[in-house]
Amino acid sequence: MTGARTLFDKLWDAHVILTREDGESLLWVDRHFVHEGSHHAFRTLDQRAATVAEPALTFGVADHYVPTRGRPVIADPEIAGMVARLSDNAARHGFRLFGLDDPSQGIVHVVGPEQGLTLPGLLIVCGDSHTSTHGAFGAYAFGIGASEVAHVLMTQTLWQRKPKRMRITVDGHLGAHVGAKDLALHVIAAIGADGARGHAVEYQGAAIRALSMEGRLTLCNMSIEAGARCAMVAPDETTFAYLRGRPFAPAGALFDRAVAAWRGLAGDPDAVFDRDIRLDAAAVAPTVTWGTSPEEALPVTATAPSPEAGDPARAATVAAALDYMGLTPGMRLDAIAVDRVFIGSCTNGRLDDLRAAAAVLKGRRAVVPGLVAPGSLAVKRAAEAEGLDRIFIEAGLTWADPGCSMCVGMNGDIVPAGERCASTTNRNFRGRQGPGSRTHLMSPAMVAAAAVTGRLTDVRDLTEPDREA
Amino acid sequence: MQPFTRLEARACPLGLANVDTDQLIPARFMSRPRTAGYGTFLLHDLRFGPDGAPVPGFVLDDPRRAGARILVARRNFGTGSSREAAVYALVDYGIACVIAPSFGDIFASNAVKNGLLPATVTEDDAESLLAAIEAEPETPVCVDLTAQTIAAGDRAIAFAIDPVRRLQLLNGWDDIDLTLRHAAEIAAFARTRRTEAPWIVPGHGG
Ligand code: SF4
Repeated sequence: MTGARTLFDKLWDAHVILTREDGESLLWVDRHFVHEGSHHAFRTLDQRAATVAEPALTFGVADHYVPTRGRPVIADPEIAGMVARLSDNAARHGFRLFGLDDPSQGIVHVVGPEQGLTLPGLLIVCGDSHTSTHGAFGAYAFGIGASEVAHVLMTQTLWQRKPKRMRITVDGHLGAHVGAKDLALHVIAAIGADGARGHAVEYQGAAIRALSMEGRLTLCNMSIEAGARCAMVAPDETTFAYLRGRPFAPAGALFDRAVAAWRGLAGDPDAVFDRDIRLDAAAVAPTVTWGTSPEEALPVTATAPSPEAGDPARAATVAAALDYMGLTPGMRLDAIAVDRVFIGSCTNGRLDDLRAAAAVLKGRRAVVPGLVAPGSLAVKRAAEAEGLDRIFIEAGLTWADPGCSMCVGMNGDIVPAGERCASTTNRNFRGRQGPGSRTHLMSPAMVAAAAVTGRLTDVRDLTEPDREA
Repeated sequence: MQPFTRLEARACPLGLANVDTDQLIPARFMSRPRTAGYGTFLLHDLRFGPDGAPVPGFVLDDPRRAGARILVARRNFGTGSSREAAVYALVDYGIACVIAPSFGDIFASNAVKNGLLPATVTEDDAESLLAAIEAEPETPVCVDLTAQTIAAGDRAIAFAIDPVRRLQLLNGWDDIDLTLRHAAEIAAFARTRRTEAPWIVPGHGG
């Protein structure tokens, strides 16, 4: 390879086994995460009487369907069967499973990083679109479908065509009580739910460097909602400090050797991107979604759009979204009353997220019911050690066990039809949180503010009431 | 996998943008085994009300669309989760081709692996095709993958598809068989990777 290379180019080059004449490359996979929803892929293996090629690089997590209350009992026999099938497959094929009974169980995109399984420079795949999360470490991480999961299980490789490269530079500093989630929603609203389609996105700039690992994970997690193939942040001291001492991360001299290699992953200064976008962090406000696509996001201080006001080609989509969400054009977003709140998911179920929500809820009462599902048992223990569980419980919210829970409603934690939920999750699709559910996406601090007032609320009104509006 | 070359069938207009995979198949149906077929779950919550009764006038259930094998939609079709079950629902229902101005990346990849053609057309062509099949529901639409053309009535439009995906569909190729032919190269790469970056193999952990 010659010429200046971006971070993505370097990650790509390091994993190409061969490139066909037609431009498709066979890539080596360093890390493969599977979950109980991967059952279709394991069935393909069975049909071919095949085995897992690299069990040492394969890790299983029970997260999508697991109950968040009343464990270890799984009341639903269909779900119990899926979780048992994952255990059987792990035992049979010899890979490590973070099952329901494991003290490190949690959501795959929370467990991978916190266990030190997610490292810079790795190619990481999982049968889940939010695998983009792991790119926060400077890894090439992306979601795949069930056929591809079967392919990786059997060969530890994948065919890919090289995506285009896109840089999103965020200059300046995020304001008080404005975080990675607000930035993510701001970016998606700016470029659209397909704005990064076909691209590998690299985030750069002062505002990105200032983000904690948790913040970077949130941002890369949400990048799939802009259609990105994957997203990444070049590793730096923040990354290395996070990884040191993690259970599965390299230790001792091997860690130092790895860090030396990881420092070389930064893109070359004159490397060229196919697309370049620049944003000012100071322009990002606490942001909420009003519609049924993550691109339908606005500052909480704004009003609901009118179908006639914008692009005529989009008028029908806007009208349908407003109708589904039960909103009228021009109404203030901070006048929207919510029925419940949810704090959790692979987007915002980490310790930092729970701290941000608890800081708002401390000494206050929620006026609507709500569920807090930590991203993992490790997060849960750490939160309890700090007393965050007490704050949530005293505020009137339910403190649960980890899993995808109300992000996708597969385990029965759903928002009832017609009800409106302020949620820290990543998708406000129709019915995502249960048939007929209405979802407003926002940061953990903003969800906490909504819990306290019972309506979408600018968290700054609670935390700095004397601020100039 | 069955090769896809040419298809002539009725088409359904689904005039929505950002039809996500949660719409194509709601999550609660995905724990079922595929054997029973996923066709009845296709667009389930748009097609059936909360009480399970069909939504009157929903396009899939319009008798004039009976036997439709083509779906026409607006931009960013199949956005969202990586669930291949979204493709299973389409295929099991009988859909063999979706025509739209753009597709979610993972959806398009999943589609091809199941013999479903994602045909990319311009926004203008999508609008004109939607109008044509709205006006004349029973007119068959002809999709020719060899020529990369779509014909509806007297309209003829071109569509785009990645050339590799086109070949896979035309030939009905299975990736895994192709890959296994490279077993020696894969094994050699794996050895080098483990030597150069030994930390890719995790320790035993906590
Ligand atoms: S928390 Fe939600 S988005 Fe994340 S992996 Fe689970 S279902 Fe997917």
